[in-house]
Amino acid sequence: MIYMDYNATTPTDPRVLEVMSKYFYEKFGNPSSIYEIARENRKEIERAREKVAELIEADSDEIFFTSGGTESDNWAIIGTSFALKNKGNHIITSQIEHHAVLNTCKFLSKLGFEITYVPVDKYGIVDIDFIKKAIKRETILITIMHANNEIGTIEPIEEISKIAKENNILFHTDCVQTVGKIPISVKKLGVDMLSLSGHKFYGPKGIGALYLKKGVKIETLIHGGEQERGRRGGTYNVPGIVGLGKAAEIAKQEMFEEEKNIRYLRDKLEKGIVEKIPEIMINGHPENRLYNTLNLCVKYVEGESILLHLDFEKIYASSGSACTSGSLEPSHVLLACGIPHEIAHGSLRFSLGKYNKEEDVDKVLEILPKIVEKLRKISPFWREKK
Amino acid sequence: MDYTEKVLEYFRNPKNMGRIENPDGVGKVGNPICGDVMWIYIKVGKNENGEDIIEDIKFETFGCAAAIATSSVVTELAKGKTLKEAEKISNKDVVEFLGGLPPIKKHCSLLAEEGLQSAINDYRSKKNERNR
Repeated sequence: MIYMDYNATTPTDPRVLEVMSKYFYEKFGNPSSIYEIARENRKEIERAREKVAELIEADSDEIFFTSGGTESDNWAIIGTSFALKNKGNHIITSQIEHHAVLNTCKFLSKLGFEITYVPVDKYGIVDIDFIKKAIKRETILITIMHANNEIGTIEPIEEISKIAKENNILFHTDCVQTVGKIPISVKKLGVDMLSLSGHKFYGPKGIGALYLKKGVKIETLIHGGEQERGRRGGTYNVPGIVGLGKAAEIAKQEMFEEEKNIRYLRDKLEKGIVEKIPEIMINGHPENRLYNTLNLCVKYVEGESILLHLDFEKIYASSGSACTSGSLEPSHVLLACGIPHEIAHGSLRFSLGKYNKEEDVDKVLEILPKIVEKLRKISPFWREKK
Repeated sequence: MDYTEKVLEYFRNPKNMGRIENPDGVGKVGNPICGDVMWIYIKVGKNENGEDIIEDIKFETFGCAAAIATSSVVTELAKGKTLKEAEKISNKDVVEFLGGLPPIKKHCSLLAEEGLQSAINDYRSKKNERNR
């Protein structure tokens, strides 16, 4: 099997799995209880909180555990909008956000909030001047992702947070694709809120966190017990939290070494595909892009067909298009970048990770050109073009 | 709903791919903006009773797995049939043959039906022109 879909999810690092495994049977206690096995787990949770805080250079009391990136995004956006609804009802986001942000904004627009969707250039970089012009008295929140999950383009977060600050507007960033991959400092980024997810950097699924800068006014989203200092109810997911802490610790230590290797493999894959297959378009920013992500359009064929043929060969990648997941529209991200529908239908995303080897890349470079050739042979447009 | 084994099989090894040089009829349906385009070529001959039959049929398709599988199936169902029989082939026959399609992919089977009809219509209108 060749797995090249790390932006979708990553395998859990066996070292993470090992620390987690103790918290199912041996140390199963509910941390909110009073006895010793509970108290110990409470300590472990706080240790994990410190490790997550260290990874993004925050204070540990600014870290709140959630069920993952989607909940963190929902909480940040809905929680602050509700808390500030007397101040204004206008939110600024981008056209290329993850659906966890886009659909949360859509929900708020049904409740009377006004949403501005900032356009991007052909590389997927948000239009800063558009943001400046969109700001008005009613603007209460800007939410822009750090790196895009489909094309990997990295947004100028520091610049946007400066604008937000100057205008006294809260700023949230979805860092689900960057935390654990590249060094992150909430202080340097200057953000008020940041979402992260465990399973994107070799931690378990079902756990994430929201960084909430001290003093940020936010309503609770998940109402329940007094967990997370009364701001997020629900029994502590102890194995998940401990696992997230371990994943954060590993990422902090090994991130740079991983980057070197993964970047080399991604670049080799990109170069090889462009050399071996004609009429390929590389998407995303040439430099300001996640080192593991390769998004491309294969002209004159459809992405899903390529993916299924790769699947027959046990090569797992993804398509920008949500073709099988209930929508026939090509990727909203590629369309926002100005790529025509008929080309966007041919999009493919390879996202690499630390368990990929050079042989994996060589194998893809051997198989992919054959698949494309086969599909182009039956494509009316390919023959017309020739 | 996922693709059936049969869809995957026909997608993987489609029959009757390619084009026919100097076809008697061509049906071009679909739209690249929607992500599916099908071109169906037919060669028409006569059977023992002197009826028009589809002697040869081929397709070229740009699209997803369902589009490629339905193209292949419609050509197989039509091959050797009289035009009158072939005209009756519906998208339901194609879906049934494949053991079902995900609801969102049903339009691919419609495209296959339309592609075949449109190739037959093209043949007839060309014939009428010649006879005029």
